[in-house]
Amino acid sequence: MSDLEEFRKETCAWLEENCPAAMRKPMRSEADACWGGRNAVFTCDEQKLWMERAGAKGWTAPEWPIEYGGGGLTREQAKILKEEMAAIKARSPLVSFGIWMLGPALLKYGSEQQKKHYLPQIVRGEIRWCQGYSEPNAGSDLASLQTRCEDKGDFYEITGQKVWTSYADKADWIFCLVRTDRDVPKHNGISFILFDMQSKGATVKPITLISGRSPFCETFFDAVKVPKENLVGTLNKGWDIAKYLLTHERAMIGDSGSGGDIGGRSIGQITVDSLGTDAQGRLADSALRADLARAEIDGWAFMLTMERMKDEAKAGQGIGARSSMLKYYGTELNKRRYELLMASKGHAGLEWEGEKSRDGELPRAWLRTKGNSIEGGTSEVQLNIISKRILGLPAS
Amino acid sequence: MALVLNEEDDMLRDAARGFLADKAPVAALRKLRDEDDPLGWSRALWAEMAQMGWAGILVPEEYGGIDYGMVGAGLIVQEMGRNLTASPFISTAMMAVTALRAGSEEQKQKWLPAIAEGKSIIAMAVDEGVKHDPAKTALKAEAYGNGYRLNGSKAYVIDGFDADALIVAARTSGEPGDEAGISLFIVEKDTEGLSSLRTKLLDSRNYALNAFDDVDVAGDALIGTLDEGFGLLESVLNVGRTGLAAEMLGAAEQSFDMTVDYLKERKQFGTIVGTFQGLQHRSAHLYSEIELVKSAVLKALQMFADAPTMAGAGAALAKAKAGEVAILAANEAVQMHGGIGMTDEFDIGFYMKRIRAAQELLGDYAFQADRLASLRGF
Repeated sequence: MSDLEEFRKETCAWLEENCPAAMRKPMRSEADACWGGRNAVFTCDEQKLWMERAGAKGWTAPEWPIEYGGGGLTREQAKILKEEMAAIKARSPLVSFGIWMLGPALLKYGSEQQKKHYLPQIVRGEIRWCQGYSEPNAGSDLASLQTRCEDKGDFYEITGQKVWTSYADKADWIFCLVRTDRDVPKHNGISFILFDMQSKGATVKPITLISGRSPFCETFFDAVKVPKENLVGTLNKGWDIAKYLLTHERAMIGDSGSGGDIGGRSIGQITVDSLGTDAQGRLADSALRADLARAEIDGWAFMLTMERMKDEAKAGQGIGARSSMLKYYGTELNKRRYELLMASKGHAGLEWEGEKSRDGELPRAWLRTKGNSIEGGTSEVQLNIISKRILGLPAS
Repeated sequence: MALVLNEEDDMLRDAARGFLADKAPVAALRKLRDEDDPLGWSRALWAEMAQMGWAGILVPEEYGGIDYGMVGAGLIVQEMGRNLTASPFISTAMMAVTALRAGSEEQKQKWLPAIAEGKSIIAMAVDEGVKHDPAKTALKAEAYGNGYRLNGSKAYVIDGFDADALIVAARTSGEPGDEAGISLFIVEKDTEGLSSLRTKLLDSRNYALNAFDDVDVAGDALIGTLDEGFGLLESVLNVGRTGLAAEMLGAAEQSFDMTVDYLKERKQFGTIVGTFQGLQHRSAHLYSEIELVKSAVLKALQMFADAPTMAGAGAALAKAKAGEVAILAANEAVQMHGGIGMTDEFDIGFYMKRIRAAQELLGDYAFQADRLASLRGF
């Protein structure tokens, strides 16, 4: 038996023993996700158990080094883990900005002490993170951010405002872009810093969206004191970290909008559940069927592209600006898919309140997708990046 | 298997790229067209390709091939797409070889070494109507003497004009529309009652209208099992569909590269037109679409070895997506080149024509999408 076959066998056995039955069915909605954190709210005991077991094994971050609490798996092993989890329909044990975004940045730019301190906590789901990037006057033009960070000798003092901070009201800590030099070109005076959201002077205010939900907040900092060792990387070189991290964020947003199943069913199957088929087993609405097939073709090709980019990255070809392609395509695709789901549910898809629709789960999710192509850099910004950095088309 | 090429694949692709750009660029296709070449491709060039092992790329070593596998075949045909190289690679080296590998020992002995040497050209005769639909096969094969008698006709037979033999999908029982009752026969060129007429299509390639008028073949002309040939036919068609997808990927990449280069040099309103955001965003979108095609094509190629039961779905995905995006690439290329893109003197029109044909052959977007939707249960 090859090493990989051996690993697959061990993985199956471990999952069989450790993944609780309740965690072996697809999430019905975002509400079923496990975010961890100091004030974690679990939907059931099994959810907590699953996060703790996977965290202790390092399999919430399978490819991070073992010394920082990760699983230490190779790309091939991680792929096998993913496949075997999918085979038993295991839920992701932990959904975490720490794993998707901060972790990769710390692994690349953090000090040894920072890695040893923060990464194991992220793996175990003990600290929930939020990302302090956008400001009221720094959206697509992120580098013009103005939140001030002043050196007060023994500590830094941060004053300013962030906006669109995802789950700031639920997060324990923030990784934040701040201005540390106002007298240089905008990209050269930004730093990357971490602090506790319980710090004196930090306040949050949720923003109600068109979906009626509030995944985002306005976040205010009034002379927040931050220890100096919380600065990541070099002072005034935070834009490099921001760009690196945006690459991960874009890939992640693209991934979440991928062509995969929703609640364990393909969009075509969901439509069949809703509308039924003709005698040949086909959707009777041939125009809708054609649109669904097109979305599934693009969805499958997109997922394969995500896979190829990861494989190429492992083979030493950095993903670089191509993350903009993933972000652009994945989010636009997700919007298309939700338009089709709305069509597949007909009038029932319009219900906003009521048990049948779980209080309008679908229309709220549909509205939420509209932000996918805005957050993390709009589609138009991604197309600009592709034009400039990949195609080499000149700036106007 | 990881969705990346290995070192050996890279070497093969680089060799193909260099050879084809040198020996068979678009100018070679233009020459074949302008000289009204009776065959539509060059025998001398095919002999050279055979010497490099390309004709036998899917032929087992014991029959004189190199048995490299589908990924290698896909890389070669992708480079052919870049250069619009006319050759019987897809018809003979990919599809006919796949059919014959399922044949009898005698059939393999007779044909596979000859194909690998570049001496035999064999075409798949499948379609009869104006849209691809193999289950609708009506051409009749009836038991006659010790063999079979074939009557009917096949149209749009890729490389079927002057081919040394045809592999014919024939109805031996049931009705047109039934998947059961289809059988495959190999019929040699000079068999009495078989006629071949070159059909000239927009892409200047070799296509034939083959008529069968009381064509008698011996019992050993049957490939595979009587009445149960549809599964084998589908395997052959999936190889062809994936080959066409790879060719369209190459053609789309080349059209796109030409377009981006042009945007960087063409000046209007006192500036390079590539600075205009309207063109930049369309280019960036097309770039993204081509990236998806690359993934779908590579996966489809790998599936023939890694997940054979999924190869049909992989081929449908690759053919659909490659066809859609190649059409977009050709249309955008002509539009962004402006007036020069409409001229025969400029090469882009050749790409547009070949892409149109390739996406129609062996099932267009709607055909592949319908297959996938059925496979996915809707």
